[in-house]
Amino acid sequence: MARPSPLPALAWAAVATLYGIVFLGAESEREVGALLALAAAAIALGARLRLVDKIRASIGSNERAFDVAALAGVLVAAFWFHEEHFVILMMTTALLLMVASLGLTIQFGYAGVVNFAGAAFLGVGCYTAGVLTKYTALPSFMTLPLGGLMAALIGSILILPVLRTRGHYAALVTIAFGILFKVFLEVNDTLGGPQGIQVKPLVLFGWNFNSPIRIGDFTASFYFSYLLLALVLLLISFALVRRLERSWIGLSLDAIRLDEIASACYGLDLARWKVFAFTLGNFLAGVAGAAYGHVLGFIAPNNFTFGDSLILVSIILLGGIGNLWGVAVAAAFVVILPEKFQVIQEYRFALYAVLVILILLFRPQGLLPRQLREYVGRAERLR
Amino acid sequence: MDIALQYLINGLMLGVMYALVAVGFTLFFGVLDVIKFSHGDVLTVGVFTALATYLALRAAQVSSPILQLIVISVVGMAAMAALGAVIARALVLPLRLAPALNTLLITLMLGTVLREGVRLIFPDGSNPKPFPALLPTTAFSWGHFNLRLDSLILLVAGVAMIIAVHVLINKTKLGLAIRAVAQDGETARTMGINFTFVVLITFAIGSAVAAFAGVMNGLYYNEINFGMGLLLGVFGFSAAVVGGLGNIYGAILGGFLFAGLQTVGAVALPFASAYKDVFALAVIIAIMTWRPTGLIAEKSSERV
Repeated sequence: MARPSPLPALAWAAVATLYGIVFLGAESEREVGALLALAAAAIALGARLRLVDKIRASIGSNERAFDVAALAGVLVAAFWFHEEHFVILMMTTALLLMVASLGLTIQFGYAGVVNFAGAAFLGVGCYTAGVLTKYTALPSFMTLPLGGLMAALIGSILILPVLRTRGHYAALVTIAFGILFKVFLEVNDTLGGPQGIQVKPLVLFGWNFNSPIRIGDFTASFYFSYLLLALVLLLISFALVRRLERSWIGLSLDAIRLDEIASACYGLDLARWKVFAFTLGNFLAGVAGAAYGHVLGFIAPNNFTFGDSLILVSIILLGGIGNLWGVAVAAAFVVILPEKFQVIQEYRFALYAVLVILILLFRPQGLLPRQLREYVGRAERLR
Repeated sequence: MDIALQYLINGLMLGVMYALVAVGFTLFFGVLDVIKFSHGDVLTVGVFTALATYLALRAAQVSSPILQLIVISVVGMAAMAALGAVIARALVLPLRLAPALNTLLITLMLGTVLREGVRLIFPDGSNPKPFPALLPTTAFSWGHFNLRLDSLILLVAGVAMIIAVHVLINKTKLGLAIRAVAQDGETARTMGINFTFVVLITFAIGSAVAAFAGVMNGLYYNEINFGMGLLLGVFGFSAAVVGGLGNIYGAILGGFLFAGLQTVGAVALPFASAYKDVFALAVIIAIMTWRPTGLIAEKSSERV
């Protein structure tokens, strides 16, 4: 079998970038609606013409090229809008939510550990950033690793309950924790109560992230540094999660999700891998949260409700559980759509919930289902 | 002493409400082995339906409180019975053979749809709404202790509802069918029981009982909000779990146990009532850790 050409993948990346730029730049709701209809029609047509399969095969065997193309696409879009605060903020938010969703993917998608408190762990990161910059003189970039560590640490309170419970019971534990976290923030005065807390800007090597960039003639929004930071975080976590998925660790996690008893019989330590997945996932959510806190500048308990946790779950379900690109696309969709369609903003929780219900009823594997591991195929292709 | 009695009444009231919600969870789990996470939000929809009915009645110049009370309770419960059956028909039954996670997710998302639906459709739904006090508020006093007649009526009504459910499940033919399906759906079918009908009617009963609990809650606190069902649902589910899912007495016991713990916690803990929900939720997590499938453990054996 001939190795599929990289052209479809690269062409797809270019088209997606172009579409993204036009979409982000769309001003009126009519334009946005037309663009959405166009995308739906294009996808339907592509599926009919088997273009989707071709692109998918091409991406599958030209991964490095596609990764670079996708990164380039984000950078092109970022530079295109470099002076538009709002667009850059949206992109940054989407990138950070992708990081958090990658964390949830490790939990839900690989190890099968349910976590309905995603927003709470994001919130732990945010509040860590807030508290550290407010009460301590630590260098502010330390908030990122510490936010992650704090989320992992607070998550470790839940390790025992999560390990001992399964299914609905585990769901109950995390739901209870998510609500507990928000109520706790609301009644705790040190953390600002319902009004929330201010997060000071990130300062790295003397560079204040909140100041606008000026290099020669080039000026960029004050969110631009955060966008680059978010992109770096996403790159690192994306590489990490993908390597993880393809290593024997990912294989162990998959085995545990699919059949606990069988994997225990084969000598897999269930507790160890579940703790690993849960903690790593929370760590990623915490890091993303710390960065998000700096971006927002002001955080309140209402940013971390149970509804927000469910939106994170929606992201990984819409994208197709365990599919990293699917998660990326879904996160972008979920963040950007309500901002573009102001009408939706108020209805977004309900809208995504309905979408997920429809997906579960009619296409339970998600929009972009995760591909099976193919060992035989790849070996043959290399021959 | 007076304070203690006040707490006792309050605790009993909470216990009845939790028990009523827990009964729903346990009934659904009994017949279908599923957890319907939208149960709490069905309660919210029920109480808001009751409130809407009240407003309609008031607009129609019906001013007798007793008539109003009966009509809003009946409308709320009937509407939720229908909603519960529709949910079972449209979302829970089709996913019977899907992984348990899917049912869990679909009912969680449905809960969000209901909750947000109430918030968005009801005028100014984001803010708490006053719920009419339709019961006589005459107070009996013994020394410093005041017992209001409405609290007493609510308690009695709640207990009566629990007994009614008990009788329905244990003494009627329908209850026999429900118990048969709960024990073994396949065998029940071969005995000529209409499986789907029994499942739907069970969901209807559970949801109507939740609506009743919601109206009770509204009458007791005289204030309702769109998020009340989420918390009540979590507490009700925990109560059902603590008592052992699938067991009605367990659910009732769990409800009172839970309310007791919460009340004692609110009294005994130094950091006052601000943290009462935090405390209650922490207790849930702790109990789930200690007894992952409830105090009366679920029998679990798996065929491999």
